[in-house]
Amino acid sequence: MAKSRGFWADWTFGKVAALSAILVIFILIALAVVLYGESELAIKTFGVWKFITSTVWNPPMNKFGGAPAIFGSVVSTIISILIAVPVAIGVAIFLTEIAPHYLRTPVGVAIELLAAIPSIIYGMWGLFFFAPFMRDKLQPVIHATLGKLPLIGQWFEGYTPGIGLLTASIVLSIMILPYTAAISRDSFKMVPDILKESAYALGATKWDVMKDVVIPYAKLGVVGGVILSLGRALGETMAVTFVMGNQPVIPHSLLEPATSITVTLANEFTEADTDIYLSSLFYLAFILFVMSFFVIVVGKFLFLKKVER
Amino acid sequence: MDAVKKRKFVNGLVLVLSTLAALFGLMWLFWILGTLLYKGLGSLSWEVFIGDPPAPGDNTGGLKHAIVGQTIIVFLATVIGIPIGILAGTYLSEYGKGSRWANFVRDLSDVMMSIPSIVVGTFVYAIMVKPFGHFMGLAGSVSLAIMMIPIILRTTDDMLRMVPPELREAAYALGATKFKVIKDVVYRAAITGIVTGVILSVARIGGETAPLLFTSFNNNFFTLNIFQPMASLTVTMYDYAMSPYKYWQDLAWAAAIILTFGVLGANILGRVIAHYKFKK
Repeated sequence: MAKSRGFWADWTFGKVAALSAILVIFILIALAVVLYGESELAIKTFGVWKFITSTVWNPPMNKFGGAPAIFGSVVSTIISILIAVPVAIGVAIFLTEIAPHYLRTPVGVAIELLAAIPSIIYGMWGLFFFAPFMRDKLQPVIHATLGKLPLIGQWFEGYTPGIGLLTASIVLSIMILPYTAAISRDSFKMVPDILKESAYALGATKWDVMKDVVIPYAKLGVVGGVILSLGRALGETMAVTFVMGNQPVIPHSLLEPATSITVTLANEFTEADTDIYLSSLFYLAFILFVMSFFVIVVGKFLFLKKVER
Repeated sequence: MDAVKKRKFVNGLVLVLSTLAALFGLMWLFWILGTLLYKGLGSLSWEVFIGDPPAPGDNTGGLKHAIVGQTIIVFLATVIGIPIGILAGTYLSEYGKGSRWANFVRDLSDVMMSIPSIVVGTFVYAIMVKPFGHFMGLAGSVSLAIMMIPIILRTTDDMLRMVPPELREAAYALGATKFKVIKDVVYRAAITGIVTGVILSVARIGGETAPLLFTSFNNNFFTLNIFQPMASLTVTMYDYAMSPYKYWQDLAWAAAIILTFGVLGANILGRVIAHYKFKK
């Protein structure tokens, strides 16, 4: 039987489409394999546990430990989440429950557009405007308040030119704020009006409704959104590169310069002159890949997928 | 204090706090935007758009090389990313509908969307820059395309699934092949949505710096050769902002505002199209 007209076009299109889908998987797998392959030299030389716990990052001596960078990434991410999440939830509550209706759309759109501003601009602003502000205005305030606290007071000591772990964390928190706020708002919006109205009919105040209806209903979505923001903060490069200071040490105080995986990569990748140096940088990239992979999978599939169902 | 009063008090407190949170958040964001507008607009001039790259310490020169480089890199990224993203999205929606395999691809693509952009940069460095021995513009495009594909895939998939099955069935009933149905019926119905997705993905990757740092790198000269290192607005901003020269820093702000207008413009365009399309 002769093939009907258009058979080959049909056949080719189907195969090409299938190939494109396979290519997506292939890229992801290739990414993991290549990063692992490139870091193999460093993995063999320094091991896994030793690399993660060693604080020595000394390129001239060819001694590389990932602890300072991993520490900086984790700590700056945690601090930025601690700052951004309460503010973002406040913004979300404001946008869904408090703001007059004529304000909701423009403020909501403004926040979404702010999420679209390139992260390098947050970094430049951080370097030229926020770092001096931190040095002159915020640092004395921090010394006088947080620095006086027992136990954690020592984390807020020292005088610096305004560039350091805390500065980077704050810039990072501003950068992820629009993102977190938009996700929280969308989760709050998904709460059916009828549920809220029934609570109002029983005499609940707005806060009662938030606390007992909206937040329990939207909980999974908000937590998923926070975890995704965490993934974003972990992998963010340009917003922190300008203000982190790129010092490969674990700082005694949050005000001091430090580094993170992304900052180390951005600053040193093109300067790596020995194989082991480059391989150690790939090792850091691989660790970042694995960390963010797990964060995304947890956020997407443990929380957000349940919301969709 | 009785219970009602207490509830009202707590309610008032929370409302004030969240309004303050909103103001606090917006304050930072407006500070950044204000800075950008103030510094950026102040640094803009004709010279910025048409001038050749400045020499160190020189007070003339512009960003022509970076603007052209950025355009080429992003354009090539879309040329690579659009067909793959749209075809893969089409496969998920039209061929693999509901199958486990398609769901798996969809999930992996979602994961890919959130991979740190600098990690993508290191990956492309390993597969393109290292074998060829030098940085090149094309490698930058490839990194951006890798970030773009999952976004386009996702929107294409979503848009195609919104096309009512009756449309397809009507075409099948006339004896059309699957390819013809997709090309002449499904794509036609979903074209606005797909275009919106593409524009938004360009807006998303257009401002990325990290994946370009070790792929297209930077070039202090004007070049159209995609196999050579190529300047981009973002990497130029990074280098100039870190430089000690006042004029270079000003140029960095000029680049920042050109880039922001480009990215926000694309973003708003995408939203406007989506708004008119889905208003019904």
